[in-house]
Amino acid sequence: MPELHRPRVAIVDYGVGNLFSVRQACESSGLEASITHSRTAILSAEAVILPGVGAFGDAMEQLRRLNLIGVLEEIGASDKPLLGVCLGMQVLMENSEEFGAHRGLGLLKGSVVRLRGEAGEGRRIKVPHVGWNRLEKSPAARDPWEGTLLQGLPDGVHMYFVHSYYAKPLDGSVVLATTPYGPQRFASVLQYRNIFACQCHPERSGPAGLTVYRNLALRLCGGTHP
Amino acid sequence: MNYRLIPRLDIKGPNLVKGIHLEGLRVLGKPRRFAKFYYENGADELVYMDVVASLYGRNNLARIVEETSREIFIPLTVGGGLRTIEDIRAILQAGADKVSLNTAAIGRPELITEASRRFGSSTIVISIEAKKQPDGTYEAYTDNGRVRTGVNACDWAVRVEALGAGEILLTSIDNEGTGRGFDLGLTRAVAESVSIPVIACGGAGQVRHVSEVIDEGKADAVSMASCLHYQYIRHYYSDDDYSTEGNVAFLRSGKAFTKVQGADIAGIKDHLGSLGIPCCKPDWAALHA
Repeated sequence: MPELHRPRVAIVDYGVGNLFSVRQACESSGLEASITHSRTAILSAEAVILPGVGAFGDAMEQLRRLNLIGVLEEIGASDKPLLGVCLGMQVLMENSEEFGAHRGLGLLKGSVVRLRGEAGEGRRIKVPHVGWNRLEKSPAARDPWEGTLLQGLPDGVHMYFVHSYYAKPLDGSVVLATTPYGPQRFASVLQYRNIFACQCHPERSGPAGLTVYRNLALRLCGGTHP
Repeated sequence: MNYRLIPRLDIKGPNLVKGIHLEGLRVLGKPRRFAKFYYENGADELVYMDVVASLYGRNNLARIVEETSREIFIPLTVGGGLRTIEDIRAILQAGADKVSLNTAAIGRPELITEASRRFGSSTIVISIEAKKQPDGTYEAYTDNGRVRTGVNACDWAVRVEALGAGEILLTSIDNEGTGRGFDLGLTRAVAESVSIPVIACGGAGQVRHVSEVIDEGKADAVSMASCLHYQYIRHYYSDDDYSTEGNVAFLRSGKAFTKVQGADIAGIKDHLGSLGIPCCKPDWAALHA
């Protein structure tokens, strides 16, 4: 990776989430990351990361309060990469059923629903889903994640998850990876045009996770990605 | 679901320490080096616990957390002496992914709700330190097993879930540091009364204890200290740059923990795998191919 150009990414600071972990992952992957809620800083960055841990309704409320909804819509409609992580993925969807109904940013079509804890025959699985689980290549995904932020990762690679809700996109063709959990299989990584979203935390998923951030850096450096 | 192995690093000042029954602390070395080693060996997460913070109302962890989180890219839970929303925010800003609360949460249970609303349930781990009573029940203690609360540990577990906790870190004070195995009865009683994940802690002395606490104790994750630290010190840690604070005589003497057999994370995962217990082996090989 060329050392001269460290692409600038904005990590959106809306009061939720593991911003510091995301920044560490960016910096160790050749990105220059700033944690910000400034509209100007977000709009002038080469890519935008929307992190997030917490509750959907509160997250949207914060984005509204900080006047960031329009900015994110603008980034979503541009050709700049927008990466949503965990709750940051969920708020990209149209709505969520978490603690009542909430509207999301609607940059991706579909809703956010709760994981089921019943595993059949009276067995239960724990919710939240916490721990390492597989990203399995979606049949709809381009083989083998070539040209996406998952490029270079093996099918079935493990990433770290911690969540009680998941995104259900309307259009199956945006699904890059799914993950099995108990009785359900959910969409864990999505890509639609410039928008990339993952339910897992690549910044806390060891070297495999860092590959996602490195791929972002490569793409911004005009590297091997289309 | 993959069962998680979580090295627990007890921190006192600048050092990694380890005691027995949460007392009699010995200095083992620099936490950062242990953390990096465990990360590279396939730890699923790490726990840092400032074991004296609660006692003196101080929190020294931020700097160590910051250093660590630049080098390890797995979830880091930090606890010890966190009392307020502001304390939690500060340690998350230093690079922690989750916080562990005990004393402050028992003192003011609403803190659990406030913190989980503010930072997300998944960020709030409640540490329950339990000690068996003569009548067979378990009581929750605070301040690293020094102070009784009069609260039944299982009742408290159910309550913290309702208040918004995302996980429970359950330590048996009786077994902690002894190497004689986990308290399976305690772990099972708590794990079966809540629907959030329970991390069993305290007592691991050999590899089979880990599979026992998953099989019989119904733990969702297993936290270990002595076993892993001891293996690392014996086989890998060669230099002696310990800070002078604390009791280093033990280390220099080279004496073993009596009942603790060393184990490494890869070996424990192989053992679990051979019993059909799912766990995640790191994908390093595939990535470096």
